[in-house]
Amino acid sequence: MANHRIRLRINGNLEEVEAPSNMTLLQLLRDKLALMGTKNGCSAGECGACTVMMNGEPVNSCLVLAVECEGSEIITVEGLAQDGRLDQVQKALIETGGVQCGFCTPGMLISIRALLDRNPNPGETEIRDAIVGNLCRCTGYLRVIQAVHEASKQQTIGLV
Amino acid sequence: MITAHPGLPEFDYIWPESLIEASKFLADHPGEAIPFMGGTDIFVRMRDGFIKSKYLVDVKCLEESDRITFDPEAGLSLGAAVNMNRVIASPEIQQVYPLLSEAAHTVASYQLRTRATVVGNLCNASPAGDTTGACVVLDGTLLVHGVDGFRTESLKTFFLGPGKTRLKPGDIVRAIQFPLPPPGYSARYYKLGRNASGDLAIVGVTVLGFPDDSAPSGYRFRIALASVAPVPLVPLEAEKILTNEPITPENITKAARAAMDACNPISDVRGSARYRKLMVRNLTEKLIREVWQKIGNGR
Repeated sequence: MANHRIRLRINGNLEEVEAPSNMTLLQLLRDKLALMGTKNGCSAGECGACTVMMNGEPVNSCLVLAVECEGSEIITVEGLAQDGRLDQVQKALIETGGVQCGFCTPGMLISIRALLDRNPNPGETEIRDAIVGNLCRCTGYLRVIQAVHEASKQQTIGLV
Repeated sequence: MITAHPGLPEFDYIWPESLIEASKFLADHPGEAIPFMGGTDIFVRMRDGFIKSKYLVDVKCLEESDRITFDPEAGLSLGAAVNMNRVIASPEIQQVYPLLSEAAHTVASYQLRTRATVVGNLCNASPAGDTTGACVVLDGTLLVHGVDGFRTESLKTFFLGPGKTRLKPGDIVRAIQFPLPPPGYSARYYKLGRNASGDLAIVGVTVLGFPDDSAPSGYRFRIALASVAPVPLVPLEAEKILTNEPITPENITKAARAAMDACNPISDVRGSARYRKLMVRNLTEKLIREVWQKIGNGR
């Protein structure tokens, strides 16, 4: 099986790695680069625990080959905080109690960040639609949805 | 040892630089090489051991495959690599072919749709494909590149069985093309799933109708049914009833029954064959009524 030399940017850092054809982006992040924030749930694109941003759009990293990421910009949960300050969405999730076991949280955060990037003031339907692919089995979704409303509000205030 | 989440089996990733190179490679390795787009279906099936392939050929970066082009006379060309979120967000598709956006929106989740494509959905030839019905009733034609160059394939004859199509080794779908929809048309897709979103369809019903003076009833309907036969199903008898007989509540019920009779579903974890047939009857009736309300001006 062929090995590929891949150059990509992860959370702003340029990385150059070797990966076999069958390595997924998820395996690259966790096993090669020790970025353990991104979780492996179902490995089938159902649960969303492995969601990361690829060129600004969320993807299930278990269903992307590492080699397909040549030249891509990847943002994982580790890349959300800037200069030691949490992202607005992270703050809101903490404040509303939208985190319990935390397994779905990294993927949830990425989906929500991507939603607010494309739509700063999403309604209830848009929020629910954006996190359909992020399964949570303990917190439930109501506090998460509340957190998105809150983050959206704070984000707008921050811009004024 | 049994691992809870085994990785993908071994294969070589091939990244051809042109359609000609890609078609040649695929034709030179029949049974050993598969083209792929977003991989949302193929990776899962490879990991589960249903598909084995020595080579995976990435065809999503080839020659204008990522374009949406709309011409008010010629219609729509949807590049094979255009992901479903772009289909949902495209203003032209929303305006002229809202059925396509609506159908794409029922597929899985946002992050999956970043990678999933309409053409990939068609080439997988799953009887449950959510966008297949829309492509069929909108009269889609595939632009296929093979070792002998380009040709077109009508969707009417494209599907041969679950996972089986008329594509041969070396064939790569470059785009799907749609003519302008018939004037005054209306269309709906109804997906019955086990939950409100994300799941595969238990049954999927697509109905398109439009006024047509050459039809004895004054209208024509196109219907496509998902998850009820080995291939996406067009219930011709039901369409015929609506073309030839006056559109009345009785005849709509009759057409819905004919659609049910055309189905040959299996029982599986999502639903029994009997349940599927009944749901096809009920949902087809519901959608014909809805479409009729719109195109018949409530007559």
